[in-house]
Amino acid sequence: MTDAMSSLVPTPRQSLRDLTPARVSLPTTGHSITTNEVLSFQLAHAKARDAVHTVFHLPTFAQRLVTELPILVEASLPVLQLRSNAPDRLAYLRRPNLGRTLHPDSVAQLRPASCQLAIIIADGLSALAVERNAIPVLAHLIPKLLADAWTIAPLTLVQQGRVGIGDAIGFSLAASCSLIFIGERPGLSSADSMGVYLTWSPHPDRTDAERNCLSNIRAGGLPPEAAAARLFWYLQTARAKGQTGISLKEDFLELDPAAGRSGRDRISP
Amino acid sequence: MLLRHSIDGVTYSFDSLKDLLAKATPVRSGDELAGVAARNSVERVAAQMALADLPLAVFLKEPIIPFEVDEVTRLIFDSHDPSAFAPIASLTVGEFRDALLSYETTTESLASLAPGLIPEMVAAVCKLMRVQDLIAVARKVSVVTRFRTTIGLPGRLSTRLQPNHPTDDPIGIAAAIVDGLILGSGDAVIGINPAADNVASTAKLLRLIDSVRQRYSIPTQSCVLSHITTQLSALEQGAPVDLIFQSIAGTEQANTSFGINLALLKEAHQAASELSRGDVGRNVMYFETGQGSALSANAHHGVDQQTCEARAYAVARHFKPMLVNTVVGFIGPEYLYDGKQILRAGIEDHFCGKLLGLPMGCDICYTNHAEADQDDMDTLLTLLGAAGVNYIMGVPGADDVMLQYQSTSFHDALYLRSTLGLRPAPEFEAWLASDMLHQLSLPLQPQMLTGQ
Repeated sequence: MTDAMSSLVPTPRQSLRDLTPARVSLPTTGHSITTNEVLSFQLAHAKARDAVHTVFHLPTFAQRLVTELPILVEASLPVLQLRSNAPDRLAYLRRPNLGRTLHPDSVAQLRPASCQLAIIIADGLSALAVERNAIPVLAHLIPKLLADAWTIAPLTLVQQGRVGIGDAIGFSLAASCSLIFIGERPGLSSADSMGVYLTWSPHPDRTDAERNCLSNIRAGGLPPEAAAARLFWYLQTARAKGQTGISLKEDFLELDPAAGRSGRDRISP
Repeated sequence: MLLRHSIDGVTYSFDSLKDLLAKATPVRSGDELAGVAARNSVERVAAQMALADLPLAVFLKEPIIPFEVDEVTRLIFDSHDPSAFAPIASLTVGEFRDALLSYETTTESLASLAPGLIPEMVAAVCKLMRVQDLIAVARKVSVVTRFRTTIGLPGRLSTRLQPNHPTDDPIGIAAAIVDGLILGSGDAVIGINPAADNVASTAKLLRLIDSVRQRYSIPTQSCVLSHITTQLSALEQGAPVDLIFQSIAGTEQANTSFGINLALLKEAHQAASELSRGDVGRNVMYFETGQGSALSANAHHGVDQQTCEARAYAVARHFKPMLVNTVVGFIGPEYLYDGKQILRAGIEDHFCGKLLGLPMGCDICYTNHAEADQDDMDTLLTLLGAAGVNYIMGVPGADDVMLQYQSTSFHDALYLRSTLGLRPAPEFEAWLASDMLHQLSLPLQPQMLTGQ
């Protein structure tokens, strides 16, 4: 490209880009954005699409848990591999209700554990999110829980799971509280954002209003140590009050799905 | 009511009006999820044929959701104007489609017809119409609203500047506002979806937009799209509220899940009207809707999602809103599976809203778990431009970094204006030609705008 042509493709107001993660000050040609920007958008979309369709391989992740979190073995916490009633991604996307219930084979694996906390790790809308972020949060959280005398049920991993399945599992384990780590709906800027939802007295019929949520856990978002600290606060408060949901709001946590719906809220996976 | 239609010796029967409406609806995942869709393609056409033969007046005799359980139904029937309906009172749904497309039906006759139509009639005829029909008729409708700008005039296309930020950072939001204004966006409204739904944050963001607007004499209106009760509290505390926003749905139960009812909307409408902040008009409400919202709240009463959506427009029109848009692809693939379904729904919603007398815009959008991409959005954008949509969204680079979905960009609006010869709202167009725009493009404005 000649210099004259290059000057037809200005990069105006570059300084705005330092002020927001939004795609401001895009270089243009005519009214349109330039080739590099179009391709960079396509790449971000491709990453998000691939994150949605990546399979959560449970045996591999179970092995990683045991290897990377020796505290699980020390505390005699087993890891169970479960699946929802959604047979594949297509069914999962089209029929959310299937992702909220456990497959009968998986129900048969669960026994009432009469413990306080059930920890569930599910793919949700991004297996990548839990593969990258669940273990670092647990590494900070589990020692705090054990030191605070929480009894923990066997850890469960779920393929094709939605948020509600955490409560179905917590109920089957007869746990006082369920805590589900799940991949959030991928955005262009973050294909690997993880959310964590907790429900006191979990039951398959619980609604979003009866849960609390911590979202945007990822590199560049909420770091694992801070996430673990907030979750620990939530769990202690939930145990003290005997409930979760609207009544239980952190002052510093304002992105709570239990808050009133203005409409375009973040949609839970 | 038992409704039937026979094809090749096979009789298809439908046990109620809502069953017929649902089965006559073009394919979409939400109706399949709800279990109300036609079981196969021929049954769908049989339902459409039975619907085409149905007198329009039937919808005034049999509410699809009973009066007793639904205030939206009561509003629909209480506000129906029989004299406006009279010219089409004897038509069937099929004849109504033909009448809408005829040369005799004009911008003026459609305007006088609107109060005589109820959402169920509009939803019904929509199900018999192809995309080109929906465009051709919607194009004939003109709905003009005013606050500080005039939106919806023929040959105009406006945009909502949507400068969202993941943590509501004022400088980040101001940067996106400046970027949008320089690219000619923001004549419908500068509207922020806040990450934090609380009064302090809502008031702070309203003041931010207001200070930008006043400093640069921008003819536009502001809105912070928190819950309506949050906005009312901010208003009571003296925040500069222009438009009041709320998401609405087509059943009382779904509205309850949004934490609203008609009385609350009336209270908000009155409070915003009393401020008299508009220069050129008094339309003060901004509503968003979207197919699937009633089903997602398990509040659809077995009614298909497109008919539920049209009922939401009856709620909207009662408050003479400045802006109404469907957020068509936001809700996800369990309601609108792919680009094809999103496209048709966007065109349907625009048609139904316009026919009922609403100033319809559209958030042309999709999420990353839907089978859709930028090509689908370009197609819907171009079709809605042809249909005469009042406004679309302007999101930096089409990527909403707070709500995590893709909408239309500032550049998409420029493409549409230039390709179809459309212009911004007249007041905003004059401002774009002024020196203010140049001043806004000088370096380091965002920090100044936020007073930092």
